[in-house]
Amino acid sequence: MNNLLLLPVVIPMFIGVILIFFVKNIRVQRAISVIGSLALLIASVYLAFAAYESNSQVLTLELGNWQAPFGIVLVGDMLATLLVALAGIVGLFSLLFAFQSIGEEREKSYFYSFFFFLLTGVNGAFLTGDLFNLFVFFEVMLISSYVLIVHGGTKFQLRESFKYMVINMVASIFFLVGVAYIYAVTGTLNMADLAEKVGVIGQDGMLNVIAIIFLIVFAMKGAFFPLYFWLPNAYAGPPAVVTALFAALLTKVGIYSIFRSFTLIFIHDREFTHTIILILAGLTMIFGVLGALSQFNINRILNFQIISQVGFMALGIGLYSPLAIAASVYYIVHDIIIKAALFFTAGATEKVAGTSDLKKMSGLLKTHPWLGWLFFITAMSFVGIPPLSGFFGKFGLVLGGIEVGTTLAYILVAVVLLVSLLNLLSMMRIFMKAFWGEKNDTEPKITNKQSIGLLRPIIPLVALSIVLGLGSEPAFQYALAIADQILDPSIYIDAVLSGK
Amino acid sequence: MMKNSLSLQTISRIAVFIILLFSVYFLFAGHNNPGGGFIGGLMAASALVLLYLSFGTKKINKVIRINFPYLIATGLLIAMATGVISVIFGYPFLTQFYEYFHFPLLGKAGLATALLFDAGVFLVVIGVTILVILTIAEDDD
Repeated sequence: MNNLLLLPVVIPMFIGVILIFFVKNIRVQRAISVIGSLALLIASVYLAFAAYESNSQVLTLELGNWQAPFGIVLVGDMLATLLVALAGIVGLFSLLFAFQSIGEEREKSYFYSFFFFLLTGVNGAFLTGDLFNLFVFFEVMLISSYVLIVHGGTKFQLRESFKYMVINMVASIFFLVGVAYIYAVTGTLNMADLAEKVGVIGQDGMLNVIAIIFLIVFAMKGAFFPLYFWLPNAYAGPPAVVTALFAALLTKVGIYSIFRSFTLIFIHDREFTHTIILILAGLTMIFGVLGALSQFNINRILNFQIISQVGFMALGIGLYSPLAIAASVYYIVHDIIIKAALFFTAGATEKVAGTSDLKKMSGLLKTHPWLGWLFFITAMSFVGIPPLSGFFGKFGLVLGGIEVGTTLAYILVAVVLLVSLLNLLSMMRIFMKAFWGEKNDTEPKITNKQSIGLLRPIIPLVALSIVLGLGSEPAFQYALAIADQILDPSIYIDAVLSGK
Repeated sequence: MMKNSLSLQTISRIAVFIILLFSVYFLFAGHNNPGGGFIGGLMAASALVLLYLSFGTKKINKVIRINFPYLIATGLLIAMATGVISVIFGYPFLTQFYEYFHFPLLGKAGLATALLFDAGVFLVVIGVTILVILTIAEDDD
C-alpha cells in the first residue's frame, strides 16, 4: 500500500474543484492554480523517484482496501510514474503560457478548472491498473478535452469539436465493447490478473480479436493511420495552449495504453499483433509527414507532425526488443517536452504575425530574433539534429530495428530515416517562410519586447530538451531500466497480485 | 412555460414534496440497498424541474437562490473528503467504515461513511442536472 500514488490524481482534481468557487476572480484563480500545479509537479517527481528507488518492486495501492483482482488498483511502475512526472512539468508550463495568452473571457469561464480535470484524467489513465478504470479515466480526460476544445466557441471550433466528440464517442463505445468481451472471456479486468489469465488461456482466435479491438480504440485516441483523420482539423481550432496540452499529453495516453496492453496482456501472439503495430507505425509516419508537407498553415503542419511522431513512438512496441522499447520511451519523453514547446512557439508566432498562414509571413527573425531562434532550436530538436534530444530517440530506434534484423524491421528503419529527412524539410519550410527572408510590409501585432512574456514558459522546456540530449547517457540508462521492467511482466503481475 | 396551468401547479405543489422525500429515502438506502446518491440526486432534480416547469424559471429563481456551480463543487469536495479521510487514518484512499448506533426514536441503525460519499454525489447530480436544463431553457429568451 502506498498512498503516494494517489497524489497525482487527487491534487489536480482538488484544485479543479476549488477553482470553481473563484471563477470570477482571475488573480485568485491564477495563484491557486500555480500553487496547485507546483504541488502536483513536486508530488509526481517524488513519485517517479520513489518508483526508481524501488526498481524491482512496483508501487501499488488498492483503492478502498479491496484486494487486488477484485478491487481497483493504482500501479506505479517506472514508465507510468515517469509519464506522470512529465505531465506535471508540461502542466506547469502550459499554465504559465495560458496566463500570457488565453484571454480574460476564457479565464472567467472555468478554463483552469477543466485544465486540472484534464490532468486528473491523464494522470489517472497513466497510473491505473484496471482496464475498466482506464476507461473511466479516459472519459474524465475526454470530457474535459471536449470542454477545452470548444471553449471560446468560435464557429470553426464548434464544427470541428463536434466531429472530435463523435469520433471519440465511437472510440469509447468500442472500448466498452472490448472491455465487455475480455471480461466475458477471462472474468477479470485487473490488468495483472488479465496478463496471467491470457497467458493461461492462450492468445488465439477470440483473444486476438479483442486485442485488435483495443488496438483500434487506442489507435483512434493516439491518432494512428488510418484513424488520424479527425486530428488536424480538431486541433486547429482551440488556442495554442490547449493544442499544446493535447498534443503533448492526450495522444501520449493512447500510446501509453498501447504500451501497457501490448507489453503486459497481449504478448503471446506477437507474430500477429506486433506485426500489425509495426505496419501501422510505418504508415502513420509516412502519411503524417506527407500531410505536413502538403500544408501551408503553421498549425496544420504541426498537427500533421503530431501524427508522424506517433509512428516513431509505436515503432518500439512493434519491434519489441529492449533497445527499441527503451528508444520509444526516450522518444515519448522527448516528444512530450518538445511538442509542448513547439506548439507554444507556434502560438507565439501566430500572435506576433496575426496569422497562421505561412504565405503571409516573412522575415520575422529581423524583428523578433528571440522567437525566431527559439523556434529554430525547438524545430532542430524535434527533427533530431545530434546534440539535441530528438536525435537519440531516432538513433535508438534505428539501432533497435537493425538489431531485430527482420526484413520488415529493415524496411521500417529505412522509413524512419526517410521520414526524418522529410520532417527536416517541413520544419525548415516553416523557418524559411516565417522567419528567414525579407521583411514584408505587414506590421507585427506585438513587438519583440511584448513577445518575451510569451517566450518565458518555452525557454525552460527547450532547456530541458537540451539537457535531455546532452545527458542522453544517463537518460538512456533510465529508459533501458524501464524497458527491462516492462519486458518482464512478472514484476508487474507479482507486485499487484501479492497484495502488498 | 405554460400559462393557466392551474392543475399542474396544484398537483406539483404536493408532488414535489413527495418526490423530494422519496429522493432522500433513496439516498439513505443507497449504500447497501437499491438506490444511492446518483438516483436520489436525479429524482430531487426532477422535482425541481417540475417546479420550474409549472411556475416558470423567473419565479422559481427568486425562491431557490442556489448557485448551482457552487453546489457541484461542494458535492465534489464532500465526496473527495470521504476518500481523503481514510488516507489520514492510514488506510488506502476511499476505504469505507461503518458502525451501528442506537438513536432515540429511530432505534438501531447503521451509519457508513459511504453515505457521506453518496451525499456528495447527490449534490453533484442535482447541480449538474439543473444547470444543464436551465442553461438550455434560458437559451430561448
